[in-house]
Amino acid sequence: MTDPAGPAFLVTAARLDTAAVAAAVAHPGCGAVATFVGLVRDSNLGRRVLWLEYEAYAPLAERTFEGIAEEAAARWASARLAIHHRTGRLEIGEASVAIAAASPHRAEAFAACRYAIERVKQIAPIWKHEHVEGGDVWIEGATADPADAAARNLAFERACS
Amino acid sequence: MLVTVRLFARLRELAGASEIAREVPEGATAHALWTDLAREFPGFAGYERSISCAVNEEYAPLATVLQPGDDVAFLPPVSGG
Repeated sequence: MTDPAGPAFLVTAARLDTAAVAAAVAHPGCGAVATFVGLVRDSNLGRRVLWLEYEAYAPLAERTFEGIAEEAAARWASARLAIHHRTGRLEIGEASVAIAAASPHRAEAFAACRYAIERVKQIAPIWKHEHVEGGDVWIEGATADPADAAARNLAFERACS
Repeated sequence: MLVTVRLFARLRELAGASEIAREVPEGATAHALWTDLAREFPGFAGYERSISCAVNEEYAPLATVLQPGDDVAFLPPVSGG
């Protein structure tokens, strides 16, 4: 029998299924599931965005998601995380990332969910190629370094603010 | 010894390839391999201080000494989410 919950950590070219992300973490002891869905926006830094293309180093990205979940579990012992990220061409309004955090109580679920998206942006080996009116540009944010304690602490502070 | 280089996003475009087979001397570090690539692909120079490295699908320091057959990825600053 296949696992009805599906994978907790996934990089996929298929449309994201936010219900499946939540189902991957729900369990009888959890009283709260917090979810975050990142969408493709129609503008960035004053540029009109036509579409985005995401590229990922998929095996490392999925391992990185698992590592983020382990970090979150070390902070919020009862929190369980699922992280799915899409690749390929995405149109305005489509979901690029979906995160679910389950916990017995809402405070830990919200915090772990926020922590996860901050860490995805810091260390997941994924790149956004922005197609705008008149051209295209690779977006380059953080130098990915999972061992950087300052970045980890910043994500933790944001999660708890 | 032979290693495989993987490049992503703008680095992939600058090199015109996502995967390159490369001969490196015994004892070479990932950083030495990067320096060698940067000589071949001038656009790489601007990434000297901002790249990350992964060896065999795990993040690894640039000081990592490479082994025959290693799979070495160079990652420009990330922008997922």
